[in-house]
Amino acid sequence: MRRVFSSLWLAACFACASLLATQALAKEAVPMAQEPEVEARLVKIAEELRCMVCQNESLASSHAELAEDLRREVRGLIKEGKNDAQVKEFLVARYGDYVLYRPEVKPLTWALWFGPFLLFLMAAMGLVGYLRQRRQAMPAPAALSEAERARAEQLLKD
Amino acid sequence: MKKFLIPLALFLGLVVFLAVGLKRDPREIPSPLIDKPAPAFRLPTLEGSQPFGPEDLKGKVWMLNVWATWCVACREEHPVLVAFAQKNAVPIVGLSYKEIQPQDEQGGKLADEAKLKLARERSVVWLQRHGNPYSTTVMDLDGRVGINYGVYGVPETYVIDRQGIIRYKRVGVVTPQLLADKILPLIRSLETS
Repeated sequence: MRRVFSSLWLAACFACASLLATQALAKEAVPMAQEPEVEARLVKIAEELRCMVCQNESLASSHAELAEDLRREVRGLIKEGKNDAQVKEFLVARYGDYVLYRPEVKPLTWALWFGPFLLFLMAAMGLVGYLRQRRQAMPAPAALSEAERARAEQLLKD
Repeated sequence: MKKFLIPLALFLGLVVFLAVGLKRDPREIPSPLIDKPAPAFRLPTLEGSQPFGPEDLKGKVWMLNVWATWCVACREEHPVLVAFAQKNAVPIVGLSYKEIQPQDEQGGKLADEAKLKLARERSVVWLQRHGNPYSTTVMDLDGRVGINYGVYGVPETYVIDRQGIIRYKRVGVVTPQLLADKILPLIRSLETS
């Protein structure tokens, strides 16, 4: 009995959900579900772009109004048949390299791309030099004399 | 060589980086539009006169100020612009940016005509109350012109030269100090060049 109820309940939920979904879709001028490949590409591109308002959120996840407007523009560009690079170019031309989470590798961004590796290399070289210097500075341990050896053995036994 | 100087030097280096980093405004991002032609547009005006576009001011140095009645910082900036406009240095064109916000359409989508009408009504009242520094105001209801100008925070202000090239952009409130130290000297040099 309970099973029947629960499956009925589930069916009712599904019915409600699908009803709501169709209503929501009916309001939009172009239902998102009709163009899943446009939406998929939008999400893929927008994840690589920074929202200028929140700065730490991607264009895909931001709820800022500007992000919504920019998604609208990107959607339009995709429908026009622009490729990913052209869409990014559109935004870079307006907002600068800052919108790209992965800026193009060019002389201006070399410090950004290679700086951390350079710093790491310098630190590693410094560490190696320091260790080498320390090893040379340390005197080699002197051999134990006969009396010392006997005393050490005595101590170990106790 | 004194060994203790090494960590001290490293520490001071860190302090310099932090000091510079803290002083910088993270919202201020250099615009790629500087020294590029001002994007063209043709938009209806607040006054209902002929639609305005940047070409109409070719041969003149002018300022474009992005504002909206819902923008709180614009209220702070506005008296500065009103005082500046009284000097008649350059025409200031207002760009009313997305005056109609999503919350205005909660009762249902508005038609473009209705949007424009509501936006005009609101802007006129606001300018009557706070003063009107603009030679004209254009209505960018869907924010597309704003996007072309790289607007991401209202207010924003642009200085455009006689050839229609953007020479300066300010994101955020224009202060009297900024006008005196930067914008006015720039306008003077652009006008004589």
